[in-house]
Amino acid sequence: MNDLKDRVLRMSGSAVVKCMRCGKCSATCPSYDEMEYHPHEFVYIVERGDVEKLLSSESLYKCLTCFACVERCPRGVEPAKVVEAVRLVAERQQGGNRLKPDEIPALCDPDLPGQAIATAFRKYAK
Amino acid sequence: MQKIGVFVCHCGTNIAATVDVKAVAEALGREPSVVVSQDYTYMCSESGQNLIKDSIRDYGLTGVVICSCSPRMHENTFRKAAAQAGLNPYMVEIANIREQCSWIHKDKAEATEKAIILGRAAIAKVQLNTPLIAGESSVTKRALVIGGGIAGIQTALDIAEAGFPVDIVEQKPTIGGKMAQLDKTFPTLDCSACILTPKMVECAQNENIRILSYSEVESVSGFVGNFTVKIRRKARYVDETKCTGCGLCTEKCPVKKVPNEFNLGMDNRRAIYIPFAQAVPKIAVIDADYCNMLKNGKCGVCSKVCTAGAVDYKQTDTFVEEKYGAIVAATGYEISDVSRYDEYAYSQSKDVITSLEFERLTNAAGPTGGTLLRPSDGKHPHTIVFIQCVGSRCTPEKGKPYCSKICCMYTAKHAMLTREKYPDTDVYVFYIDVRTPGKNFDEFYRRAVEEFGVHYIKGAVGKVAPRADGTLEVQASDLIMNEQLHISADLVVLAAAIEPSKSARSLATLLTASMDTNDFFTEAHPKLRPVESPTAGVFLSGMCQGPKDIPETVSQASACAAKVIGLLSKNKLTGNPCVAHSDELMCNGCSNCANVCPYGAITYSDKEFRMPDRTTKTRRVAWVNPAVCQGCGACTVACPSGAMDLSGFSNSQIMAEVDAICK
Repeated sequence: MNDLKDRVLRMSGSAVVKCMRCGKCSATCPSYDEMEYHPHEFVYIVERGDVEKLLSSESLYKCLTCFACVERCPRGVEPAKVVEAVRLVAERQQGGNRLKPDEIPALCDPDLPGQAIATAFRKYAK
Repeated sequence: MQKIGVFVCHCGTNIAATVDVKAVAEALGREPSVVVSQDYTYMCSESGQNLIKDSIRDYGLTGVVICSCSPRMHENTFRKAAAQAGLNPYMVEIANIREQCSWIHKDKAEATEKAIILGRAAIAKVQLNTPLIAGESSVTKRALVIGGGIAGIQTALDIAEAGFPVDIVEQKPTIGGKMAQLDKTFPTLDCSACILTPKMVECAQNENIRILSYSEVESVSGFVGNFTVKIRRKARYVDETKCTGCGLCTEKCPVKKVPNEFNLGMDNRRAIYIPFAQAVPKIAVIDADYCNMLKNGKCGVCSKVCTAGAVDYKQTDTFVEEKYGAIVAATGYEISDVSRYDEYAYSQSKDVITSLEFERLTNAAGPTGGTLLRPSDGKHPHTIVFIQCVGSRCTPEKGKPYCSKICCMYTAKHAMLTREKYPDTDVYVFYIDVRTPGKNFDEFYRRAVEEFGVHYIKGAVGKVAPRADGTLEVQASDLIMNEQLHISADLVVLAAAIEPSKSARSLATLLTASMDTNDFFTEAHPKLRPVESPTAGVFLSGMCQGPKDIPETVSQASACAAKVIGLLSKNKLTGNPCVAHSDELMCNGCSNCANVCPYGAITYSDKEFRMPDRTTKTRRVAWVNPAVCQGCGACTVACPSGAMDLSGFSNSQIMAEVDAICK
């Protein structure tokens, strides 16, 4: 097992080997069309150990963390937690800031629910 | 002083690869009373058994210890061999050095040491063994089949054909089970009712079969060959001996809005009803929850129209008690509850149905007369989506962990028949895997795709959303195209997981038959004794043992019948002499043993005892019925005064084993 895969598995607490490749996570995903790698691919790619491939993908920031996939996965794999873990690995890499804090207020939509803003901060904050 | 022979088996490499068998034989040869100690490649082979027999004769052995596989595997083999050489078979002890030693250890030195210790314990036990003689019991030549679906019907017919009387207990008013609700059967597409109803009629006409419909097993006592079963005959409020099944009452009954369970609530029946036209027995039954006469004494129409005078509002539950030699569990299955999967909107839309409901919608005797119409508006559906594995193959929190086995094939059937009858309909099947092992099964599924143009899409459905225009938006994965699909469907059919009948768990308790975590009955051996329960005299037929289709169910039902016939053809059964017995002088009458006995083998009675001062005293003491006792040993542990002991596994024998292990 390589280090990155190990880290993602440890951080997510997800048992990717339980996946039976039904694709229900991707079937339920509201951000599907925005994503380069879809939830089921995240699970499969992490299981194969190709985490690097995911670290540079925009898909990390398209996941809404709505947890529909976690709720509906029949195998208890919890794909959103895998995405979250990969995202944290990406964020913890040095020099990878996507935003500066003072850029954030301008990007905030006042109609956005508080939970979405908090989730967004978790994704973008360094 | 015993003369003990030790025989160490290699089991090919099963034992010999991890245990130094020669060292074990040598070490055990030095134990007290051991006069011969040998090893051999396969002790269970004929030459291995001859080695044991010859040693018994040559050395005049009084006890034998065999270090081999689990006693469950070959204890009988070795006991028979010993008996053939003139030794009491209960002077043979097995030290399990395979399942409990070689298979679970990797280190040879460790495994060898453990094997020696296990052998030593068995030797210590044999030192205290005494010859035991098995008693005999008679066999009641009558079988009870619990459940009247195709499994129970087939088992009952086969047993009856062999000349033994059989009772079928069915909790519903008619036999027939789930198969009676099916439209066509895969892969030959014969009409389900056409092949089932003749068998139902055969049951009714066979003079060896008695059908106790609308009945439930209330209690079971006794043991193999000698069960006593009390059966509750639920009040039908219709005299079975008078009703002719004319059905006039079911037309005149004013209570018209009772959900019809035979059509899964998709249409209504009356409060007095006959479940379906071919019901066996064809006798009306009053649903007490809906009948006005029974609820508030106002009505009595059925009684007035019945020309046979069969309606009897005063009927109450009655009980039948009968003796049986063998009991067959054939309790079948249910469709699991799919409303828990909110994403499929089963409870939100009438047009999301289960596959069994789909069967009724395509059946000529169903609510739509066999025309496929949407339950919501009665229109023809033009796009139908079938969703596979709903509740199957899940984690235990999300559903059933097993594959329900039959869904792939019945869905292929549904899809194919729909396309055949309504070619303008688009049919989609969302699957995770298509599982079609079976004769002509994969060919059948391929026909659905290749000849009938059913769209099979690899992927799951994520959600079904009812729209205002009455359609259902289906959002799904197409894993091969790596796309998310949005299909506007008119009808969604869920292949719901199957689960054992709700009544199975309580029945298993009555029968002291074991079950797995999914409430399927456990077989005595998954490969070699698949139709017997580990409880002697209890047999398994059909879905109650695990998911299976009709051909498999029928095969298993007949196999089960063969086992029952084998038992019933015996005049005497040899019992197990390893049973408990109580020392009356030590018994304090506390009833602990009777309370823990799972077989009801222990009774108490007052007995007079002569005291040291020559007076007599009446004391309450336990007595174990050796014919009922199964030798589980629970009572020996529960007894606080040490009065209860188990032949063949006496307290002193077990302590000797423990001492030998801890030496």
